[in-house]
Amino acid sequence: MLPSPRELPRLMLLLFLAALFGVPFYLLVRNGLATEADITAPGWTILARTWHWENVGELFADPAVPMAHALWNSAVIAVLTTGGTLLLASLAGYGLARVPYPYADQVFYAILGSLMIPSAVTFVPSFVLVSSLGWVSTLRGLIIPTLFSAFAAFLFRQYFSGFPGELEDAARVDGLGYWRTYWRIVVPNSRPVFAAVGAIVFIGSWNSFLWPLVIGQDQRAWTVQVALASFGTAQTINLHELFLAAAVSMLPLLVVFAVLQRHIVAGVERTGIDG
Amino acid sequence: MAGRVGVSGSAVPGRLLGPQRRHLWFWIFTGPFVLGLVVFVYVPLAWSITLSFFDSRNTVTPSHFVGLGNYAAVLTDPAFTASLATFAVFALFIVPATYVLALGLALLVHRARFAKGFFRSVFFLPTACSYVAASLIWKLSIFNGVRFGLANTVLRWFGADPVAWLSTTQPPWYWLVIVTVRLWLQAGFYLVLFLAGLQRIPGTLYEAAAVDGARPGWQTFRYITFPQLRTTSVAVVLLLVINAFQAFDEFYNLLSSAKGYPPYARPPLVYLYYVALGERQDLGIGSAGAVILALIIVVVTVAQARWFSLGRKE
Repeated sequence: MLPSPRELPRLMLLLFLAALFGVPFYLLVRNGLATEADITAPGWTILARTWHWENVGELFADPAVPMAHALWNSAVIAVLTTGGTLLLASLAGYGLARVPYPYADQVFYAILGSLMIPSAVTFVPSFVLVSSLGWVSTLRGLIIPTLFSAFAAFLFRQYFSGFPGELEDAARVDGLGYWRTYWRIVVPNSRPVFAAVGAIVFIGSWNSFLWPLVIGQDQRAWTVQVALASFGTAQTINLHELFLAAAVSMLPLLVVFAVLQRHIVAGVERTGIDG
Repeated sequence: MAGRVGVSGSAVPGRLLGPQRRHLWFWIFTGPFVLGLVVFVYVPLAWSITLSFFDSRNTVTPSHFVGLGNYAAVLTDPAFTASLATFAVFALFIVPATYVLALGLALLVHRARFAKGFFRSVFFLPTACSYVAASLIWKLSIFNGVRFGLANTVLRWFGADPVAWLSTTQPPWYWLVIVTVRLWLQAGFYLVLFLAGLQRIPGTLYEAAAVDGARPGWQTFRYITFPQLRTTSVAVVLLLVINAFQAFDEFYNLLSSAKGYPPYARPPLVYLYYVALGERQDLGIGSAGAVILALIIVVVTVAQARWFSLGRKE
């Protein structure tokens, strides 16, 4: 089925805008695999004449920016943050939604209250606490304070409130308590919400900058975003290495997107409705 | 500690074991999270509010009480008021721009009969990019002030002179760079919200409008689509304002260099960052600033929610 003449202009506009949105990605590849001379050449070439894959080796061998170590830090932080947040927030959400307790509402409001104040504004107080614990420049300091996402707990609580009670009743009849019902019945039947919240937490953690910048003062504790930023504000900037580093930093998330896009979109929709 | 709290809740003799056990289970599920939230969110907040009343330069255990001195110092600091002005200008650009672009894209994608999923993915993909990486692409490639920058190359094709973009200390050029990077990064997120909103509009409304003689296009948008998107629009605007207030990453990465951050175009968080963690390490002033900013966010959120819900017929 071909587009009708009335649709054609709209389709062209969409294609043009889509191409425009793709330009930054194109620039990463073009500049990352070019030589410095190609990038700064006066005439614009669509792509560098030859692809310089040896740039990859050069980037990871550059002693000025510890790229490999920063990638490792980011991976460890993002994985542990995602796992920890999912565990803590889903348990809390289930308890709030399903385990009767006379003051459950008050506990819920105490959690919601912390949502009012965005975490970005509280980085000074959090820094005060983390530095007095001696956690500056440690993975602990980068991970643990970020694990208690009221927003994730809120999403899980809303989701579990609508979870079909018949399934739990059946488990109860089989003699399962709250704990085993949760792990054997509720969690296996809630994979999409775990995937959605998990993907959003993972992306947020991988891309976060302010907190790792404040806490990761020592180069050993740099995340990939902090390493990139130090690249960009350095005295002399090595352009092709920088663009390649930015492209490499994005690869894990592109994989996450490719695998989980459906869940991420569902998660964003949920976010917006409740936000 | 947490496990005990529930026990006192209700104690009917004889049936004690039942509810008591359930209360225990409630705290087994929510206890770890609540404890962490108290330790890592509420304690720092309380601590910081305390610090804001003390002279806390380079210390987290101050002893010199200064009352509201820190608050007075922040509120009379021209850099602080300038940071609020910077936020206001930023929000004035980014909120309407993102709103219009995301809604426009959503309408286009929603009505497309071809490759809907593909277009949504393309516009959504920048969400995977970090503010740091995007800022570097903007700063060093697209809006690089030298001749080989992409924007300047395009300008040259049209015979225009190159622009120094970020190196000019006077507005408006650096605003164009700052606003477009966030626009690119977040438009896809709000596009998805609008698409979800568009899908919730019942098709019968459009059929009824067609029967009443409404022409497709502007009229149906003005009288059906736009009013039906009201809830989504309120959420989008609220999120846009709050996120703009917290802007840090792109300002820091676009504007700072080996020489440091320029004295202009500092939004609130950048101001806070340099006051509390910069050379002065003044945690008292920094805490006072954080408290004021948090209060502003709470007031803006509540006011906006009130204002929008007042006009709603329910």
